[in-house]
Amino acid sequence: MQVLFDFLIGPFFQIFEAPIFFVEVVIGGMAAGIMYALVAIGFAVIFKASGIVNFAQGAMVLFAGLTLVGFLQMGAPLWLALIATVVVMVALAYAVERVVLGPLVNQPLIVLFMATIGLSFVIEGFGELAWGSDVHRLDVGLPRGSFFVGDIMIDRFHLVAAGSAGALVVAIVLFMQYTKFGRALRAVADDHQAALSVGIPLRMIWVITWSIAGVIALVAGVMWGTQAGIQFSLVLIAFKALPVLILGGFNSITGAIVAGLIIGVGETVFEVYWGQMMGGATENWFAYVVAMIFLFFRPQGLFGERIIERV
Amino acid sequence: MRAPATEAANATETGKTVLSAENISLTFGGLKALRDVSFDVKKGEIRAIIGPNGAGKTSMLNCINGFYHPQEGTITFKGVARRRARPDRIARQGIARTFQNVALFKGMSTLDNIMTGRLTKMHTNFLLQAIYWGPNQREEIAHREVCERIIDFLEIEHIRNTPVGRLPYGLQKRVELARALAMEPDLLLLDEPMAGMNLEEKQDMCRFILDTNHQLGTTIVLIEHDMGVVMDLSDRVAVLDYGNLIADGRPDDVQSDQRVIDAYLGVSHQ
Amino acid sequence: MFYREAGQFKTSYAADQAIFPILQDRLFVIAVLAVAYLVIPFISTPYFLVTIMIPSLIFCIAALGLNVLTGYAGQLSLGTGGFMAVGAYATFKMTTMFPELNIVIVFLLSGVFAAAVGVLFGLPSLRIKGFYLAVATLAAQFFLIWLFNRVGWFSNYDPSGTISMPPRDVFGIRVVGSGAAPEVRYLMVLTLVVVFCLLVKNLVRSRMGRTWMAVRDMDIAAEIIGIRLMWAKLSAFAISSYLCGVAGGLYFAVYLRTVETIAFDVVLSFVVLFMIIVGGLGSVLGSILGAFFITAIPVILTRAPHDLGIPISVDMAQHLEVIIFGSLIIFFLIVEPHGLARLWQIAKEKLRRWPFPY
Ligand SMILES: Nc1ncnc2c1ncn2[C@@H]1O[C@H](COP(=O)(O)OP(=O)(O)OP(=O)(O)O)[C@@H](O)[C@H]1O
Ligand SMILES: [Mg+2]
Repeated sequence: MQVLFDFLIGPFFQIFEAPIFFVEVVIGGMAAGIMYALVAIGFAVIFKASGIVNFAQGAMVLFAGLTLVGFLQMGAPLWLALIATVVVMVALAYAVERVVLGPLVNQPLIVLFMATIGLSFVIEGFGELAWGSDVHRLDVGLPRGSFFVGDIMIDRFHLVAAGSAGALVVAIVLFMQYTKFGRALRAVADDHQAALSVGIPLRMIWVITWSIAGVIALVAGVMWGTQAGIQFSLVLIAFKALPVLILGGFNSITGAIVAGLIIGVGETVFEVYWGQMMGGATENWFAYVVAMIFLFFRPQGLFGERIIERV
Repeated sequence: MRAPATEAANATETGKTVLSAENISLTFGGLKALRDVSFDVKKGEIRAIIGPNGAGKTSMLNCINGFYHPQEGTITFKGVARRRARPDRIARQGIARTFQNVALFKGMSTLDNIMTGRLTKMHTNFLLQAIYWGPNQREEIAHREVCERIIDFLEIEHIRNTPVGRLPYGLQKRVELARALAMEPDLLLLDEPMAGMNLEEKQDMCRFILDTNHQLGTTIVLIEHDMGVVMDLSDRVAVLDYGNLIADGRPDDVQSDQRVIDAYLGVSHQ
Repeated sequence: MFYREAGQFKTSYAADQAIFPILQDRLFVIAVLAVAYLVIPFISTPYFLVTIMIPSLIFCIAALGLNVLTGYAGQLSLGTGGFMAVGAYATFKMTTMFPELNIVIVFLLSGVFAAAVGVLFGLPSLRIKGFYLAVATLAAQFFLIWLFNRVGWFSNYDPSGTISMPPRDVFGIRVVGSGAAPEVRYLMVLTLVVVFCLLVKNLVRSRMGRTWMAVRDMDIAAEIIGIRLMWAKLSAFAISSYLCGVAGGLYFAVYLRTVETIAFDVVLSFVVLFMIIVGGLGSVLGSILGAFFITAIPVILTRAPHDLGIPISVDMAQHLEVIIFGSLIIFFLIVEPHGLARLWQIAKEKLRRWPFPY
């Protein structure tokens, strides 16, 4: 009885007793959610263009972060290090297209997914081989510290993270709508064969999308790195973008953000009010279990449409 | 267990309705794929469904074997009416089919593909299967013999152990028919079994369909675009157009029906 | 020349359906078994048994398990580590609760718990497939590890969540725990591998295997020929997780002997997945080849440079290992999606035609 009370009712009492704290918890969750969304957007961009779920997106975040830190440590000024890292990410995209995607072009998507798992290992291994596997501090001069709005404490850095996520989305949308490549990209997403037959170079498109995903990975790497340092666990955190994508639907960038926020807030609130009773660290699995249960009842995701298969 | 006596009785009662679809309507979003279609199949006959592309023929078969669930109407098979039943149930009730786009199991050999048709008739539990030797082996051999007879019947001995992915299209269609026959169905649905075949392959396939019907007594519903084939093979023809049943009757009558002619001409002018 | 089936005509379906229809294959398998049982235990060093043979054999069972699910039934799972953890903790709990219970029976029973958990986490497969399912199985991975780590009962309230295998005897011979001879551990694991390989091989060439492969190749068509998708998928999850569970129990009790939950983290899931991709999806032989191959790489990587006199740091070896694993996966997916098992078959074909090129 007591257990039931603690579980079902107690936490809500706590919420009502300390609403300010609750709001802060929610804000903290949103901040985490934006971080997930930053990674998820990278996934979504590649998925939209090619139907591939790029498992290596997390490794790309780590790789981008490590590369940036590496250039900074070599004494390059920030702007140069950023440009150099972007160049490296584009080169990576090119290499991935040449070595992995090209040869697998007509394979089932699940094979490509498995290939990106392998890719994830390769990228991660090279990143650490080149730049070492210690935890690297990353400070690119993003504002730190906090201020108060009424009674609620807000972290400046979280605002920056939210701002960059927003800017990223706007940039992507503009790119898709108003550039030649963006339009080509949408054509490819709609229909590979048709896009090919009107002469859109598919391989070019893939290099570009993977480059964009690389740049997004860099942004995510900078954010994550500033918060927690660049280290291997980034790859694991980036895994969480997968359940986020499932909730949000793979090809929707807004979906990624909404779902990122839902997961971020959900797991933080759950951990603070329920997790302690269960031994803590529930955010390790919360997102996956929610996604799993959710998929069982709504296989098409939050925003997806139900399709009837044909034979 | 069905009593053998009723089975024998059924076999003699040709002309009895085995399947009837009443007032079937099926929509996808805004698109009406079938509108109020009623239709029956009598025991032992070859029933053809024809109509222009997109008329709803495949959708009709999908309704019959439970892959689509029509929003309205009932389907009665062997005297039992159903509304929503899963395809695997319906298969176990004795309906088998082939597909317009070959739907074989690409990673398996011809023989294994045909053996999958026997799955519903095999019963040893998984522990016995893991041991293999004994009851499971006896069952495997018994069903293998059935499959070998079908392989002989359809003249595909030479490709018995070939992975089906490597077979030419015409043979794949034949293997698909073999798999359906391995289910020993009471009602066999064939969705364009001759599409994409050359003349010789078509003649073979026609022969197999007739033999199946005559020798095994299987009732057949056939979708086919080749009018000559339809006229030769079928006992009765139903014509669909834009989801409507526009004619239904003996081949000669249907062929001279003005609405059918219009429907086909209309399409060919588009 | 030497590998010919010419002249070996099958006169019955029984002979044609035999597990190794060709005489040379039968002889080869017998020879391998003879070496494994009669030669290896007597000539190899304990180091070789403990670092290569025992883990490889244990991974054979895990790979076999994942291959049932992914290779045969076509359901991609990233939860292998979690299911192995269930087996490990079930072994630990059972053997500490009932010390008298024969440890081999404990291993076989711990698979049952894993199977039950596998079925539970396999439920989403009824609604989703492919990549979506892979993510859903990650839930098993992360939730189970968390559970064993955080709930003290599973580790008998060890403050650091570590579990250690107490010594156990079978017929008066120490088989696990301190004092168990590597040879004995090796022979026990070997026997389990042989038994499970045989059982799985039988399953996959019977009704069950055909059901799984039908679902893998085209689930819609499978349903339309009368296969109950729910049973097909859940049985694959159950048997797969059973094998993973037994492997997990052995991994803990026979190989590592003292483990923390971290030993079963998501990396383990990937390692087993790599084994079946490299070895060959949908092949029993492939599971074995893959398990040995992937287990051997790190050992070779740490030994070889040392033996050759090339200085290489532990860190460096580790990074290289990660890169090699990843590259192998990509390589095999591109060049030989059927893995080592297929290469073996091609080699046999060549042997058969020898000395002719075609
Ligand atoms: N799963 C589905 N989702 C949406 N629309 C569908 C689906 N299945 C069929 N349709 C639509 O229903 C209509 C009828 O299709 P159907 O496949 O039954 O035609 P058909 O008569 O078999 O044509 P064909 O001769 O080309 O095979 C078509 O307009 C088709 O696009
Ligand atoms: Mg059709």
